[in-house]
Amino acid sequence: MTTAQRAITAMVEQIDGPVASYFSSCVHCGMCADACLFYTETQDPRFTPIYKLLPMRKVWQQEFTFWGRLMKSIGLAKSVTDEEMAEWEELVYDTCTLCGKCSLACPVGNDITYMIRKFREAMVASGHAPQGLKEAMKRAIEIGSPMGITLTTLQAQIKHAEEELGYKVPIDEEGAEYMMVLSSAEIAQFQEIIPAVARIFKAANVSWTLCSTAFEGTNTGIQIGSSDLAAELIERIVAGAEQLKVKTVISPECGHAYIALRWEGPNLIGRPYKFKVQHILEILEELRKQGKLKTKGKDETRLTYHDPCQIARRGGIVEQPRNLINQFAANFVEMKEHGEYNWCCGGGGGVAANERAEERRLDVFSKKKQQLDEIKVERIVTACSNCRNMLEDGLDHYNMSDIEVVGLTETLVQFLDDTNQAND
Amino acid sequence: MNETELLTWLRGPGLLIAITIFVLGVVFRVIQNLAIGMPENLAEPKGSTFGPGVATVFRRFKFHRHSTNRGYFTLIAGYTFHIGLLLTLLFLDQHILLFKSILGFGWPALPTVLITFSALISIGALFAVLVYRVMDPVRRKLSVYQDYLVWVLTIGPLITGYLTMHPIGLSYTLLLSLHIISAEILLIAIPFTSLSHMASLFVSRWYNGAIAGYKGVKS
Repeated sequence: MTTAQRAITAMVEQIDGPVASYFSSCVHCGMCADACLFYTETQDPRFTPIYKLLPMRKVWQQEFTFWGRLMKSIGLAKSVTDEEMAEWEELVYDTCTLCGKCSLACPVGNDITYMIRKFREAMVASGHAPQGLKEAMKRAIEIGSPMGITLTTLQAQIKHAEEELGYKVPIDEEGAEYMMVLSSAEIAQFQEIIPAVARIFKAANVSWTLCSTAFEGTNTGIQIGSSDLAAELIERIVAGAEQLKVKTVISPECGHAYIALRWEGPNLIGRPYKFKVQHILEILEELRKQGKLKTKGKDETRLTYHDPCQIARRGGIVEQPRNLINQFAANFVEMKEHGEYNWCCGGGGGVAANERAEERRLDVFSKKKQQLDEIKVERIVTACSNCRNMLEDGLDHYNMSDIEVVGLTETLVQFLDDTNQAND
Repeated sequence: MNETELLTWLRGPGLLIAITIFVLGVVFRVIQNLAIGMPENLAEPKGSTFGPGVATVFRRFKFHRHSTNRGYFTLIAGYTFHIGLLLTLLFLDQHILLFKSILGFGWPALPTVLITFSALISIGALFAVLVYRVMDPVRRKLSVYQDYLVWVLTIGPLITGYLTMHPIGLSYTLLLSLHIISAEILLIAIPFTSLSHMASLFVSRWYNGAIAGYKGVKS
């Protein structure tokens, strides 16, 4: 089988009812272009979201429609070629963060992001994926983390946290209510998350644990578009959670980890979980509502919240972070387009792991810059370590490094009123 | 076959053939898209599918909250064309007579002058979208030959219909025959082209809303 045939076979497998319906409905109006920051910031028509699916549309036409089949059978339709797939690699990986804004803008209702996620499977099947993502995938499978984080690194972070806290951070505790999964960046760069979570759970008096065989939530498999490898990464978390018999697995401040673990996971492994999956923001909001997350003092800094696409627009967690921020922030302002309509940071969907795309992702950060220029804040709170890195890179690129970027959980914990509990 | 015989054939067997292909073709297209379906979602739902799906079907009729110039143009021209076309199709007294002969019942017609106006508005909107398709780099990039073909097929019945009402020297019978032929070609083309969006967009919107609704997301 040639690489082009492998791509076509993969696309035929990926085309389901929604995809067939979406292609049937598209009238090439181009409204999705205005929802894609790669188009709005470059004005390159190739970056129009639906255009990024042209080879897949061709396959749909030739395999699923009367006219297309007829044309193909009499030799008047050209099949998708390997050159075409190679050409589209840039459009599918470098200029799409799977942010989902186009799926909200389409007047005929096409979920274009859903299709691009599927198209990436065909890209992988035919060997067309960016080197940076391929290497991250290899590290995830072989070492256990796309950034090459090992258990030793985690253990070192736990040790630091314990020194800071003065009590043990639970690991591999069977029967705990919650099992916390982290993102690579949280272990490598944003280590304050471990003591933050430990303090919150101690104050709320709930049992939790980390797991030595399932601490990494980042899933490069769904970013690159390889369901097999994505499933393997999910299986590790499922095995860890089942072994420890936890009730709930907590997805970290990482957009794609949430999508992978919460929404794609059971479908990737072909069975429902025996435990619940919730995002850390959902847990914090539940604790807040139960009165178990008390804070003291107010942050006077003028700050905003950047909605990670996979958590808000694609994940439905919009109100929770706002309720949590309002608990400690006295000066919280929204960007004009926020919540489901927020603009992507430009680094999601594997774009940040793709070195080739670096220059462009920094350029298109001009969209976020415009949003920030309108509200003039001193701090951006977010809930995704990938967004956090991208925001920092983008601010640096546009000489706006005076704006601080922080994670929600660790910011909240600075106002946590846990003096009584901590002394228990 | 003379002009009268042609008209008789077009009004009888021709129309029947066109309507049959149109109805069966569109129904097949929708059923096919629904039948391909999607695997059962094994993730624990956070919301429902049916209600949000229906809500999205209606929500996408509205102007997008953050529309751009392209969006406003597309929606204004799109609504103008579609409303003009529907008024012309459904409220011209000659069309109502045709519907009555097929369905067995009719409804009040709008004054011919109003229908002429709506047809002209519709034709104008179609020309506007054609110019935009050629001028706008995004739309030009997306366009394939079929987009231009369906434009011709769509404007055909509107122009021939207008000429039938305002003859330009040709015989009324000939113009009416041309009008009916163009309408029949359009009907036959719908299931095989992007014109099938007239039915499939409801399925697309429903899928979009249902997939989002399952996750508790508004779309």
